[in-house]
Amino acid sequence: MITETYRGIWVVAFRELLHFVSDRTRIISSLMFPLMFLVVFGAGFSRIVGGLAGGVDFIHFIYPGILAMTVLTSSLLSGTSVVVDREHGFLKEVLVAPLSRVGVILGKALGGSLTSLLQGMIMLVIAPIIGLSITPLLVVKLLPTLLILSLALSGLGILMATRMHSQQGFQFLMQLIVFPLMFLAGVFFPVDGVPVWLQIVAKVNPLTYGVDAIRQIFLAPQITNAAAEVSGGEVVSTGITLSGHRMGVVEDIMVIGLIGFVLLLAGVWSFSRTEA
Amino acid sequence: MPIIQVNNLGKRFRDFDAVKDVSFEVEEGEVFGFLGPNGAGKTTTINMLCTLLRPTSGGATVAGSDIIKQKNAVRRSIGLVFQETTLDDHLTAEQNILFHALAYGVSSDVRKRRTKELLTLMGLWDRRKDKIRTYSGGMKRRLEIARGLVHLPQVLFLDEPTLGLDPQTRNRIWEYILGLREKEGLTIFLTTHYMDEAENSDRIAVIDNGKIVAMDTPTALKSQVSGDTVTISSDNNDLVEKELKEKYSLTPVNTNGTVSVRVTNGEEFIPQFVQGFGGTLRTIGLRRPTLEDVFLHVTGRQIRDEKVDEQTLMRQAMRARHR
Repeated sequence: MITETYRGIWVVAFRELLHFVSDRTRIISSLMFPLMFLVVFGAGFSRIVGGLAGGVDFIHFIYPGILAMTVLTSSLLSGTSVVVDREHGFLKEVLVAPLSRVGVILGKALGGSLTSLLQGMIMLVIAPIIGLSITPLLVVKLLPTLLILSLALSGLGILMATRMHSQQGFQFLMQLIVFPLMFLAGVFFPVDGVPVWLQIVAKVNPLTYGVDAIRQIFLAPQITNAAAEVSGGEVVSTGITLSGHRMGVVEDIMVIGLIGFVLLLAGVWSFSRTEA
Repeated sequence: MPIIQVNNLGKRFRDFDAVKDVSFEVEEGEVFGFLGPNGAGKTTTINMLCTLLRPTSGGATVAGSDIIKQKNAVRRSIGLVFQETTLDDHLTAEQNILFHALAYGVSSDVRKRRTKELLTLMGLWDRRKDKIRTYSGGMKRRLEIARGLVHLPQVLFLDEPTLGLDPQTRNRIWEYILGLREKEGLTIFLTTHYMDEAENSDRIAVIDNGKIVAMDTPTALKSQVSGDTVTISSDNNDLVEKELKEKYSLTPVNTNGTVSVRVTNGEEFIPQFVQGFGGTLRTIGLRRPTLEDVFLHVTGRQIRDEKVDEQTLMRQAMRARHR
C-alpha cells in the first residue's frame, strides 16, 4: 500500500511536469495574466496611490500579491488536469494502474504545486526590474512558502474537480472562485485599511495569508517600520491583524498549511470514492 | 487452475441489472470472446474483472487474485485496451509508454527492451517520438495494445478492440493481436459485437441482457444451428420447390429467382438432389451457418438489430450516468 501510494505520487507528478515543459504556450499564457495586472495596476495606479506606510512603493506592494496570484491560477489548473484527464479517457489508464488513489491525487497536487512553483520562479525574474532586490536568503524563505501555498490551492482545485465531468463546467466554477479569492486577498489594497465587512471577507480567504507572508518576506524592513507607525494615526499598515495580533510569516504559513491540509484531505476522500 | 474464474458475478445499477449471475472460466493461453449487442453487459463485465467497477454480487479471480480483495495484484497482472482511447495526447508514444512502465513499476531495462520490441511489432517504432495528436485512429489503437503489454501481463483485456476502425485497419490489428498471442503466449479476453471478429476466438460466450446464453467454440456453436443453407436456381424454380417439398419433405423459400432451403448436411444433400432433379439447374450454392445465425438462434434476434426500443434507451442512459 505504501509503495503504491509513493509510486502514485511521483509518477503522476512527473507527468504533470512533463506536460508543463512540453507545453510552452501554457507557460507563456499563464504569465501574461499576472504581468498584465502588474503593469496595469502597478504603473497605472502608483501615481494616484503614491507611497504606503513605511515608504513602500505601490508597485512593490502589489508585486508579492501578483506572485501569489500566479501561484493561485496555476495551482487551480491542476484541478483542470483532473477533469481533462477524465474527459480524454486518460484517467482510466491511471485508475487501472496498480497505484493507490490517495497517491494519484497527492501526485496531482504535488505536480500542480511544482509547476506553479516554477511559474513563480519565472515571475521572480521581474522583481529586479521593478527595483526589488533578491537575495539568496529571500529565495530560501520564499520557496517553502510558495510550495505550501500552492499545495493548499491545488487541494482546492482538485476538490472542485473530483466530481466534475466537463471542462466547461469546471472552468465556470473556477472563474466563480478565482476572482473573489484574487480581489479579496489584499493583493491591491492593505487589508487593515478597508471597511470592517470587507476585512472579514478578506480574513477568511486563505490567499490573504499567502499574500501577506510573501509580502513580508519581500518587504520585511519597511513593513516592520510601518507597523510601528500605525499608532501614529494617518498611515495604514500593509499587514493583517487578527484580533489585535499582527500576523508574522510563520503564523501566516501555519494558517495556509492548516487550510491546505483540510482541502487536500477532502480532495483525497472525494477522489478515492470515484468509480471510473 | 483457470486464469480467469468468474462465479455468479452480478452488477446492479440502481434498479437495473447490467450483469446477472454470470459464471465462466478462461484457460491460460486461450482467446476468449464475449459476443453480444451494445448494452448487453460486456463492458460492465470487463470493468468488474479489471477492478474498475465493484460487483454487487458474486466474485471472480484473475491470474489467481481476487478482483475485490486484491485489486493491485489483479491490476499488475492484466493489460487493458478500452473502447475509447486512454492515451495522453500531449505526450509522444514513447512518453506514454514511459508513464505506463513507471506506473507499473517496470524496471528500466525491461522497459527499454519491451518498448522497442512492442513498438516494432506494432509498426510504430519510427513514429515513437511523435505526439499522439498526430496519430490516426488505427495507430492509436495499436499503441494502446503495445502499452498494455509493456509490463508483461498474463491476461490482455480488449474491449471492442476495433470499434470505429475501417475494415482494413481492423484486419491489421487482428494480425497483430494473433501474432502477439503466438509470441507471448498471452491469454486474451475480448468483447465484440462484430461476428467475424468473434470468429478469431477459441471460445465464445454469447451474452444478451446481462446473461450468458451460449458458450462454446465457434464451430460447436455454429453446429447448434440446424444445418446449412442451400440456394438453388434453375429454369423452373417452381419444380425445384415442388421436388424439395415432396421428395425431401423440406420447407423451401422461393424468392428473387432462387430457392433457398435449410438442410442438416449440405454437402451430402447437393449431389443427391442434383441426380434426382428432373429439370435443368443453373446454379447451386452452399452456405455454412455463421455466428450471426447462432445469435439469432439463441436470442431470437439479429445482433445488428439496433432498434432503439425503450429498454436500450434506458440502458444507454444508465451507462452514461455510471461512466
